[in-house]
Amino acid sequence: MVNVIINGIAVKVPEKTTILEAAEKAGVRIPTLCYMKDLNEIGACRICVVEVEGYERLFTACNNPVADGMVIHTNSKKAREARKINVELILSQHNTNCAVCSRNWNCTLQKVANDLNIHWIPFEKDLPKISRTDYHFPLIREYDKCIKCMRCIQICDNVQTTNIWDVMNTGSRTTVDVGGVYRLEDSNCVLCGQCITHCPVGALRERDDLDRVLAALEDPEIITVVQVAPAIRTAWGEGFGLRPEYATYRRLVSVLKNIGFDYVFDTNFSADLTIMEEASEFLEKVKKAADSKKKGKKEKFPMFTSCCPGWVRFCKANYPEFVDQLSTSKSPQQMFGAIAKSYYAQLLNVDPSKIFVMSVMPCLAKKAERTYPTMVDDQGDPEVDVSITNREMVRLIRLENLNPADFPESDPDMPLGVGSGAGNIFGATGGVMEAALRSAYNFVTGENPDPDAFKDVRGMDGWKEETFDLAGTPLKVAVVNGLGNARKLLNALKKGRVSYDFVEVMACPGGCVGGGGQPIHDGIEMAADRAKVLYRQDAGMELRFSHENPSIKAVYEDFLEAPLSEKAEHLLHTDHHGWKMPNEN
Amino acid sequence: MSRLSIDTQNTAEKTVEELYKDLERRVQASQPGLCPVDLAASFLKTCYAQSCGKCVPCRVGLGQLEKMLAQVLDGPADPGLLDIIERTAESIYFSADCAIGSEAARMILKGVRGFRDDYIEHINHGRCIGKHNQPVPCVSQCPAHVDIPGYIALIHEERYTDAVQLIRKDNPFPSVCGLICEHPCEVRCRRTLVDDAVNIRGLKRYACEHAGELPTPDVAESTGKKIAIIGGGPSGLSAAFYLTIMGHDVTVYEQRKQLGGMLRYGIPNYRLPRAVLDREIANMKKVGFKTVCNVSVGKDITLKELREQYDALYVSIGAHTGSKLSIEGDDAKGVISAVEILREIGDDHYPDFTGLHIAVVGGGNVAMDVARTAIRCGAETVRILYRRRVADMTALPEEIHGAIEDGCEVTELEAPLRVEKDRDGNVKAIWVRHQISGPMVNGRPSIVASRELEDVRIPCDRLLVAVGQGIDSQKFGDYGIPLQRGRIAAFDTSDVKNADGIFAGGDCVTGPATVIRAIAAGKVAAANIDDYLGFNHVIRTNIDLPQVRFDDHRPCGRINMRERPPQQRKHDFELMETGMTHEEACQESGRCLRCDHFGYGVFKGGREYQW
Repeated sequence: MVNVIINGIAVKVPEKTTILEAAEKAGVRIPTLCYMKDLNEIGACRICVVEVEGYERLFTACNNPVADGMVIHTNSKKAREARKINVELILSQHNTNCAVCSRNWNCTLQKVANDLNIHWIPFEKDLPKISRTDYHFPLIREYDKCIKCMRCIQICDNVQTTNIWDVMNTGSRTTVDVGGVYRLEDSNCVLCGQCITHCPVGALRERDDLDRVLAALEDPEIITVVQVAPAIRTAWGEGFGLRPEYATYRRLVSVLKNIGFDYVFDTNFSADLTIMEEASEFLEKVKKAADSKKKGKKEKFPMFTSCCPGWVRFCKANYPEFVDQLSTSKSPQQMFGAIAKSYYAQLLNVDPSKIFVMSVMPCLAKKAERTYPTMVDDQGDPEVDVSITNREMVRLIRLENLNPADFPESDPDMPLGVGSGAGNIFGATGGVMEAALRSAYNFVTGENPDPDAFKDVRGMDGWKEETFDLAGTPLKVAVVNGLGNARKLLNALKKGRVSYDFVEVMACPGGCVGGGGQPIHDGIEMAADRAKVLYRQDAGMELRFSHENPSIKAVYEDFLEAPLSEKAEHLLHTDHHGWKMPNEN
Repeated sequence: MSRLSIDTQNTAEKTVEELYKDLERRVQASQPGLCPVDLAASFLKTCYAQSCGKCVPCRVGLGQLEKMLAQVLDGPADPGLLDIIERTAESIYFSADCAIGSEAARMILKGVRGFRDDYIEHINHGRCIGKHNQPVPCVSQCPAHVDIPGYIALIHEERYTDAVQLIRKDNPFPSVCGLICEHPCEVRCRRTLVDDAVNIRGLKRYACEHAGELPTPDVAESTGKKIAIIGGGPSGLSAAFYLTIMGHDVTVYEQRKQLGGMLRYGIPNYRLPRAVLDREIANMKKVGFKTVCNVSVGKDITLKELREQYDALYVSIGAHTGSKLSIEGDDAKGVISAVEILREIGDDHYPDFTGLHIAVVGGGNVAMDVARTAIRCGAETVRILYRRRVADMTALPEEIHGAIEDGCEVTELEAPLRVEKDRDGNVKAIWVRHQISGPMVNGRPSIVASRELEDVRIPCDRLLVAVGQGIDSQKFGDYGIPLQRGRIAAFDTSDVKNADGIFAGGDCVTGPATVIRAIAAGKVAAANIDDYLGFNHVIRTNIDLPQVRFDDHRPCGRINMRERPPQQRKHDFELMETGMTHEEACQESGRCLRCDHFGYGVFKGGREYQW
């Protein structure tokens, strides 16, 4: 332990504690900008500089350790002035058109500048002249807003191992850009959106698709249908200061109805449908493997989940040898669109082209997924017409000048508004696996397991593995979240160091609850808290098995016949080779 | 008013002089990986500031060049812009009145031609080709990429054993390198920006001399793979050390009596004491590789046999044959190759030069080694003859200086013409022809024989030839290993083309180079042989590094190494250089700027914990 004095307050902290952490312990706040705990402790912005007695130069608090006897002043004249000038320098190269920025009021630079009482910048504005941004791509980089904090590079390299963003050029022209290729749309970007949620300013954002939503709402000929992903209900209230217990899915139904959507449904429904197909597909594969043992043909294991389009993109771009082991089941978003434009169109007795399906997703990759040539209905139209992020939905509510707190809860529309607790936990890491196992157990034994029998796959660990007994057959499963963990697992599989039967992958740390389309809270990782919301909801539901969902039963009885039936294969399964990543052969 | 006055510098002029020095140091410590176009543009700006403004090409032209370069860098730039830049620079070069303008234009022309692709990338795509991926200058410049800031921090904390262990993660010859490494790590040391480079080699020596018993690294579980190393020099032994730690069964074949290669058979004891070398090799051997000396591959055992008996081979035979003078009379008795003498000394056979007059031909480190050895072997006079200028010698300046201090006479610009023999065929003298330093060729002045000065006869009893070394590679060529001008043609991964399972590195691939490059080649070979055999063993240490210290970077003189006084040292072969004192080591280690933590290092590539 070492003793230090910070702004006159004595604290005792363990060795190697940073000045920032020691100050926090002393109750002293030091402003930071580029700093991101454990991920970006590089002292680039020089905002957190402090004065240490005995030294002429200033030191950054975020990445420098305290030493015994150190006397630190965080707000001395020298520290305050340097901090202020550094913020002014950053602002001189930042497009401060805050009023029209997606991060207005949620911008760390804005907050730091305001807190420092900066009203005027003594420097000439110096914005980059070159921009390579394609505003049609789901992920947009505003070159003139980037403050080169390098966080996007760190998350992309060290957490996701996707290595898209890199430092380009040297000297005064140093900037962040796409490495290897020149344009983001030509890169292997998986569209996880983690760079967006970790950007302190508005340099990175999703393409805003609300104009298309409004156009559909305004067209009297169009029937607007909404599906809301499980993870949305854990976080949509954050921007309105509402707790998740209050900002429920059922309250959101009222808000969306008020905005004018004709039918508000639930992606939990199609998550249940995914389970029916995926669990059946897996059991079929196991059966085939047992049969083929006799015949000598080999089924390749593990089977991988395919609900996460970020993961599918990652797999195709980096591990093409595993693509054939991805489940052919479409993601819940796409299954919903497929059913809405077939079964539901029949129920409504309308031409599917009159139906406009909007999905609200915690995700950017969903924006890409809905455009794949394989994700179309029988008329060749997209199954899902627009996919908006949770943040866009919040903006839509704001645009309509609604205060969600004023709305009561109400029931979603039928029949696609019914989802089970199993579908609900799709939004968290391990959720798809757990939901699939709940139903697989029933499919094999004819009985339901304890709904919490497979809860060992829950939790925020990056790479979890469990062996479950499925009616006498041991089943080895793994659950990974974050693409860096996926990469580790795939490399281990390639080297033969591990073997599994079934693997769930979610691209974002913590799963969709930590998705790149979720509300942004700089410096706080929300995934763990949001996941708890989903599990709490699941535990409180009567319906906890996908196969018991009455709407699911009905859709099979009246329309699809059975999981993996010809019709189900046609509508609900896909060929992952039917489209290509930019650099895929 | 007085008719004349004495020029005195005013404060502004004095300050500018200081700034020139600052800038010189800054250029010297320029980090690798910067954008060459950006650098060219900033050099041009300095040149432009030097223009007196009299003439158009310089006063206007350099300014227009500056604007065009800015356009290349900031865009948008027309594809034809590069042509205009080139034509403008050319015409400035041709038409400027003085060198201020013409040389500035020549620098630009050099760049336009030398890194044209960088210009084109900027024009077409608005960005640099290169990437700034060498954040810690010393680590990047060290061929073996030793964790220099890490071990200097450990030295500062007086944790010498840990410091040496950290070095051994990347370089198993810390004591050897502490004495004789050419320290490329110091060349771009960022401390140069403040005052002068950190004396890294000296600190390494200090750590080695004060470390305790070195723990032997854990050896991985046996892989059952057998590897033969051909040549027990620094490269071969480094490969053997790491491959053994990785769990492979390694045997080193050495054709001479003892291990060490050029470290023993090329470097005299006064620079690298045998006891230090022996201890270093003994420490390495503790991991358990086998060594077979007095076995010459190609003579005693064929390469084919080895290839059949082992899963992989590493060829590291060095460059041990001395080049000949190739002049009339060079077959005289008493004309001896320098490498031959040094080799004999390696096995403790010292020549007796008592009372003899010795001439040494050459200007490299080997020439200095053999000349200073000759002094120590009792020579009456030692004269080093070099056909170029002293300034052009490839030997380290401190070696040249040391040789002179020891009593060698250095004669520059004298090219050997012929060797004069007596009736019995003994060398009597060497005739040399005066040279004048001529036009630059490839950045080095060429030499032209003087047409005025007469040839000179330099009487000598022995003529020691140190004009380069060759590689005894023919038997490897006969086996089918590709050779290139006598060198073994290996890739920078140490793979040999078309020779499955055969790797090569060190002097036999690069030609005579430095010990640290040979060590690095051994390290690279170890990693790639491990990979070739289907493994992925990692070499790491778990040494906990001290936390960074704060520092105000107040300029402070570098601690240089001292040597025993010439009058004392020239009579013996004992170690010539004296080590740092504790006080010195403490101050010097405190000068390290910790570029692994402060600066780009903390972001990208600050530390490689394993390889």
